[in-house]
Amino acid sequence: MKQPTNLPAAVPANRPTRSVRLRSAWNTTAALLILAVLLFPVYWMLNTALQPDSSVAATEWFPTAPSLKNFDTAISTQGGSLLTSLGVALGAVVVCLALAAPAAYGLAQFGLRGGQTIVFTTLITQMVPGIVIANAMYSAYAELGLVNSYLGLILADASLGLPFSIVLLRAFMVSIPTEVVEAAMVDGANRFTAFIRIVLPMSRNSLITAGLFTFLFAWSDFIFALTLNTTDDVKPITLGIYQFVGAHVSDWGAVMATAVLSAVPAAVLLVVAQKYIAAGITGGSVK
Amino acid sequence: MTTITSIAPAASTGKTNSKTGRAPRRQRLLRWLFVAPALTYMGLFFGYPLVNNILISFQHYTPKTYFTGEAPFNGLDNWRAVFANDLFGDALWHTLLFTVGSLLGQFTIGLALAVFFSRRFRLSGMVRAVLLLPWLVPMVVSAVVWRRILDQEHGMLNTVLHAIGLAPADGVPWLSSPSVALLSAVLVNIWVGIPFNMVILYGGLQEIPRDVYEAASLDGSGPWRTFRSITLPMLRPVITVVLVLGFMSTVKILDLILALTSGGPADSTQTLGTVTYQLSFLQLDFGQGAVVGNVLILISALFAVLYLRANRADFGKGK
Repeated sequence: MKQPTNLPAAVPANRPTRSVRLRSAWNTTAALLILAVLLFPVYWMLNTALQPDSSVAATEWFPTAPSLKNFDTAISTQGGSLLTSLGVALGAVVVCLALAAPAAYGLAQFGLRGGQTIVFTTLITQMVPGIVIANAMYSAYAELGLVNSYLGLILADASLGLPFSIVLLRAFMVSIPTEVVEAAMVDGANRFTAFIRIVLPMSRNSLITAGLFTFLFAWSDFIFALTLNTTDDVKPITLGIYQFVGAHVSDWGAVMATAVLSAVPAAVLLVVAQKYIAAGITGGSVK
Repeated sequence: MTTITSIAPAASTGKTNSKTGRAPRRQRLLRWLFVAPALTYMGLFFGYPLVNNILISFQHYTPKTYFTGEAPFNGLDNWRAVFANDLFGDALWHTLLFTVGSLLGQFTIGLALAVFFSRRFRLSGMVRAVLLLPWLVPMVVSAVVWRRILDQEHGMLNTVLHAIGLAPADGVPWLSSPSVALLSAVLVNIWVGIPFNMVILYGGLQEIPRDVYEAASLDGSGPWRTFRSITLPMLRPVITVVLVLGFMSTVKILDLILALTSGGPADSTQTLGTVTYQLSFLQLDFGQGAVVGNVLILISALFAVLYLRANRADFGKGK
């Protein structure tokens, strides 16, 4: 374990002297080194994907002659799965937010009898293992004709984000002053329109955070994709790459190109919505 | 659990509640309409599985059940069959090793990184953000990439280890030897979990007031002493939450192991999660799968109690 030779307070905040600047440069170098080590698998994924002839044999260190051939293969074989994942994840976001936003508002502002117990129960549901849900839902899904259906998978995937979203949104909505909504209601709006017109716009940032995480959870889902589908009709990319690696283990270039494509949403969201992601990880889990 | 009920009435004496008391019944009903859809959904997707899983564990399911729809109750037969199966004991043991090993690794590295990134230097925030990527990428995808890296003959890890003289010419059988495969799975899961630990612990470190450190340095306390006597104790609530959340997400991991080793070689990476999957969805014995699932829930529930205790202080303050 690294010795914490330099705790937060050890660096004087004002007046950066030469030695402080030097130390900062060393720290930056160390940070980049840590980054290189921890993100090596991500580099390796990209590197392998860009090398057209990396079949079973060892992969070169650098893609000296990069080619997008593997990506052609990946898109032609897995493009449909990518679209399926996109559709299912977006559907899950819609279902999840539609359920979570009003519930969070109710729990935050209405002082409902038993509201605290509901919040606690919500926290606990995050601990139910997905395989247990799949195990018990399968027979119900079979009877309702939801196996191998988009709707079935969307509904199941929405459950991955719902407790998280309720807890996160509630933590934000608690701080909305009741006067704001009451003012709107004096002007003739009912509770529901006040919620739509006033509360939702005010909660924009936390709605984005909740939606983003629900998207990532649903995009990453493997257990429901694997268990609630018995045919290839509804095949998200996680299931696609799992079957792909089983069937074409010799074509690592194409497998890695698929892996790159399936990691794209995470990478894009990390760059575009960084602050929401940081807020989501801390806010949704500690609160 | 008793803490919840004792907190609830105390907390609901807030100002909103006094208004609810006066609200006419129709309006109170309207207010419940906001919460009802989510509650119904959670009842269906969390409550029903919990109950149904218990029922199924006492029923005899066969592939035929899916044609006839008949699953007669069979008492404790499933439980006996599962407990008599050597695989169950092995899986329980592997689950323990996998979970504890993963947590130890994720936590120590995550904490070291959190402390490191608490220093002020250029690019700190940027690097910290990019380090989140392994946590955001689907676990199946990470596992597939690692499968390539850990390949015995052509994997990058063996190539490097061999070049610097740390591995034999034929390489370490990371995923193909029963004695190493579980360790490999742990290593991959540590890699996946580092960012989550780092971010939460980093947040916790930022909450510690700076003057405490100043006082310590005035008293002549060295870095290690300061870390042990100030940072760790003040970070304790956050540490509890990180470890409990980490435990609960690690104990049920399925996708990482399936994509990495499928539970093999020779069942050496079978955990309660993979055994549940295998019994239910490969052998189509949902009854026995449910038994293992129930054991998994029981273990999670134990830690849920811990989690609630860790969160109790936080909830007393809320509305």
